[in-house]
Amino acid sequence: MTPSSSIAAPGATPAHEEHHDHHPSYLVDGTTIRSWLLTVDHKRIGLMFLFWVLLFFLVGGIFALLIRVELLTPGPTIMDAMTYNRTFTLHGLVMIFLFMIPAIPAVFGNFMLPLMLGAKDVAFPRLNLLSLYIYLFGAVLALWGMLNGGLDTGWTFYTPYSAHTTTTVAPVLFGAFIIGFSSIVTGINFIVTCHTMRAPGITWFKMPLFVWALYATSCIQVLATPVIGLLLVLVAVENISGIGMFDPARGGDPMLFQHLFWFYSHPAVYIMVLPAFGVMSEVVAAFSRKNIFGYRAVAYSSLGIAFVGFFAWGHHMFVSGQSTFAAGMFGALTMLVGVFTAIKVFNWVGTVYKGAVDFKTPFAYFCGFLFFTVFGGMTGIALGTVSLDVAWHDTYFVVAHFHFIMVGATIMAFLAALHYWFPKMFGRMYHEGWGLVSAALIILGFNATFIPQFLLGNNGMPRRYYEYPERFQALNVASTAGASLLAFGFIIIAMYLTYALVYGRAAGKNPWRSKGYEWLTESPPPTHNFVGPQPTYPEEPHFYVDPKKAEVPDAV
Amino acid sequence: MQSSVSTAGAAAPVPRLAMHFASLEVQNHAARLGMWLFLATEILLFAGLFVCYGVYRFLFPDAWAASSRSLDLTLGTVNTVVLITSSLTAALAVHYAKEGKNKAVAVQIALTLLMACGFLVIKYFEYSHKFHIGTLPGRYYFYEGIQLPGAPLYFTVYFFSTALHGLHVLIGMAVLTFSMVRALKKADFGPNNYTMVELGSMYWHLVDLVWIFLFPMLYLV
Ligand code: HEM
Ligand SMILES: [Cu+2]
Repeated sequence: MTPSSSIAAPGATPAHEEHHDHHPSYLVDGTTIRSWLLTVDHKRIGLMFLFWVLLFFLVGGIFALLIRVELLTPGPTIMDAMTYNRTFTLHGLVMIFLFMIPAIPAVFGNFMLPLMLGAKDVAFPRLNLLSLYIYLFGAVLALWGMLNGGLDTGWTFYTPYSAHTTTTVAPVLFGAFIIGFSSIVTGINFIVTCHTMRAPGITWFKMPLFVWALYATSCIQVLATPVIGLLLVLVAVENISGIGMFDPARGGDPMLFQHLFWFYSHPAVYIMVLPAFGVMSEVVAAFSRKNIFGYRAVAYSSLGIAFVGFFAWGHHMFVSGQSTFAAGMFGALTMLVGVFTAIKVFNWVGTVYKGAVDFKTPFAYFCGFLFFTVFGGMTGIALGTVSLDVAWHDTYFVVAHFHFIMVGATIMAFLAALHYWFPKMFGRMYHEGWGLVSAALIILGFNATFIPQFLLGNNGMPRRYYEYPERFQALNVASTAGASLLAFGFIIIAMYLTYALVYGRAAGKNPWRSKGYEWLTESPPPTHNFVGPQPTYPEEPHFYVDPKKAEVPDAV
Repeated sequence: MQSSVSTAGAAAPVPRLAMHFASLEVQNHAARLGMWLFLATEILLFAGLFVCYGVYRFLFPDAWAASSRSLDLTLGTVNTVVLITSSLTAALAVHYAKEGKNKAVAVQIALTLLMACGFLVIKYFEYSHKFHIGTLPGRYYFYEGIQLPGAPLYFTVYFFSTALHGLHVLIGMAVLTFSMVRALKKADFGPNNYTMVELGSMYWHLVDLVWIFLFPMLYLV
C-alpha cells in the first residue's frame, strides 16, 4: 500500500497570513435541520453522535441509579426481582453498546481524526453519516425490545438461559447486531482514512497519538465485531426457533458460546479503553507542556494491546470448565496486556515529570484517569491469576474491577476530551472553576461508589443478586451514596457546559496554546477544515521543546 | 482546488473526484482498501461458523460423517463448478471495464448473474429435498435414516451457513446488477473508471471463496 502522503500536493507552501475573507464555521454553514441531518461533514456527524451518546449515557445512568437505590436495603426496596434483572441488563447494554463503544471514537474520533491528519474529511463521508443512522436504527430496535418485555439475561446473554427465557431476546440482540455494523463501518472508515488521507508531511510516525489509538481501536472493531454479530444472530434465532446450536439438550455446547462471546467481548473492552488512552496522550502532553515521553513506545503499545487483547479472552472462563492448561495459558497472556498498559502509564508519568503543569480541568481528569487505570489494571492482574479468580469470579470484585478500568478510565477520558476540545468544537470556553469542582466531585464519587464494591466482592457478595445478607448493607449504602455524588457531578457539568455553549467567552483559535495538529485551524473550524491550500506539518506532534535542548543532563 | 488538476485532460469519462481526496488515484486506492477491510470482516463472520463446525465435528464425529454422507455430492459439485465459473466471468467483466468495452462488461455480468441464479435454483432443490426427508436443524429434525446424537446439530450448521452464504449471493447479485445497469445505460467504464466493477467483482470472489470452504467442509469430509 503506497503511503499517500507522497501525493503531489500542488499547494504545499505554508499559507499562513493569507487575506482573511470570512469563512463561516461549520456550525453556522447551513442552518436548516436538513443541513444537519443530511450533512456529510465529519464535524457535524461527530456532534450528532455527541448528542445521542450523551442521551444514552443519561438513560444508562438513570438505570444505574435505580439499581443502586434497589440495593440500599437487603430485601426488596423499590422493584421486584424481575424488574431488577431487567434493570441491570438495560444498564449494561445501554452503557456498553450505546455509550462506551461509540463514545470516544464516534464523537471525538470523528471530529478530530481528519483535523489531526490535515484532511478535509474522513475517507468515506457518506458511509460516516450512514454509520450514525445504522447506530440509531439499532438503538431504536434494541430499546423497543427492552421496553416491550425487556431482556433479563445480563449484557452477556449467556446460553442456555438466553435461549429459553421468555423475555424479548430477539429484538434486543438484533438491535445490538445492527449497532455492530455501525461500529464496523466507523472502523473501516478510520483505517482507510489513516492510510490514504494523511497530509503531506504527516508520516506514520508523525501521526498524533490519538490517531494511533483510533487506528488500533479500529483494527479491533473490524476484526472482532463480525464474530459477535454472528453470535448475536445465532442466539436470537436459537431463542425464536430452537435450532439447538448452543443448547445442551440438543447436543449444543454453551462453552462454545462463551468462547465466541469473549473472543469479541474481551477485545471490546479495548475498543472502549484504547481511545481513552489516546485522548490522555494528547492531554498529558498539552497540559504538561512537554513532548510526549516515548512517542513510539506509546504508539506501538496501542497496537500491542490490540494484538494481545485477542488472546486473553479465556480469563473470563476460568471457572467455566476449561482445562487447567488453557486457564494457565490465558492467565499468562492476560498479564501481557498489563505489560503494555504499564508501558503507557510509565510514559505518561514520564511526560509529566519536570513538565510545566497547567492544572486545568482536563489535567484533573488525567490524574483521575491515571489512578483508575493503575488500580483497575492491577486488580485485573490479580483477577488474571487463576487461583484468586476462583474466589472472586462473579462477585462484586469483578464489577468494581471493570468499572474502575473500563468505566473509570473511559469516563475520565471522555470528560477530559469534552473539556479539552470544547473550545475547538464550539469556539467557546467553559468555566474553569466549576470544571475543577465537578472533576473533584466525579473522581471522589467514583471512588466512593466502587471501592465499597471491591470490599463487598472480597467479602463474597455475588454480582447480579437482588437480595443480600444484612452484613453487607453498610457497604452497599456507601456505594449508593457515592453514586449520588457522581450523579451530582454530572449534573453540574451539564449545567455549566450548556451555559458555556451560549454565554461562554469566545475561545480564540488555540486557548490552550496546544501543539496538537487539530489546533492549527480556526476554532470552530470552517466546513472543509482549512481555508486556502492545505497546511504543511513540519513539526512532530506534541512538540513543545526541542528534545536535544531539554535533555541536557542537569542534576543527577 | 486540487480537483481542477485531475479532472482536466483524459478524454475518457472520468468519475467524479470527491473534494476531500488529493487525487483520483488515492480515491480509488481508498475504495479498494475499504473493500478489502470489509471482506476481512466477512471472512471473520464466517470464521465464527467454521469454529462451531470444527467443535461439533470433533464432539460428534460419527453423526457428522453420516450426515455429511447424506448430502447430494453431485449437486454440490455442480454448484461449485457453477460458482467458480461465475467468478471467472466476474473477473472478465473487470478486464473489459478497464478496456472500456461496456457491452462486454454487461454481457459478462449477465453471465455471472445467470450462473448465480443457477446456483440458487440448485440450492433450492437441495433444501426442499431436506425439508421433505426431515434432515432439518435442531428440534425440527425427523429423519429416520440417521439417529445419532449430534446429527440435528450438523443440519443446524448446514442450514445456517448455507443460508448465510445464500444471502451473500443475493447481495453480490444486487451489487453486480448495479454495475451492469451502469454499463448499459451510461456506458462510461474505462481505464480511469472501473472501480465500481472491480469492487463488485471482489465481493463476488469472496462469495465464491466462502463456498470453496463450505463445500469440502459440508460435502466432502
Ligand atoms: C490490565 C489489564 C487487565 C487485566 C489483567 C484484566 C483481567 C480481567 C479478568 C481476569 C477478568 C475476569 C474476572 C472474572 O470474571 O472472574 C476481567 C473482567 C472484566 N474486565 Fe478486565 N482486565 C484488564 C483490563 C480491563 C480493561 C482495560 C477493561 C475495559 C476497558 C476491562 C473490562 C473488564 C470487564 C468488562 C470484565 C467483566 C466482564 C463481565 O463478566 O461482565 N478489563 N478482567
Ligand atoms: Cu477480559
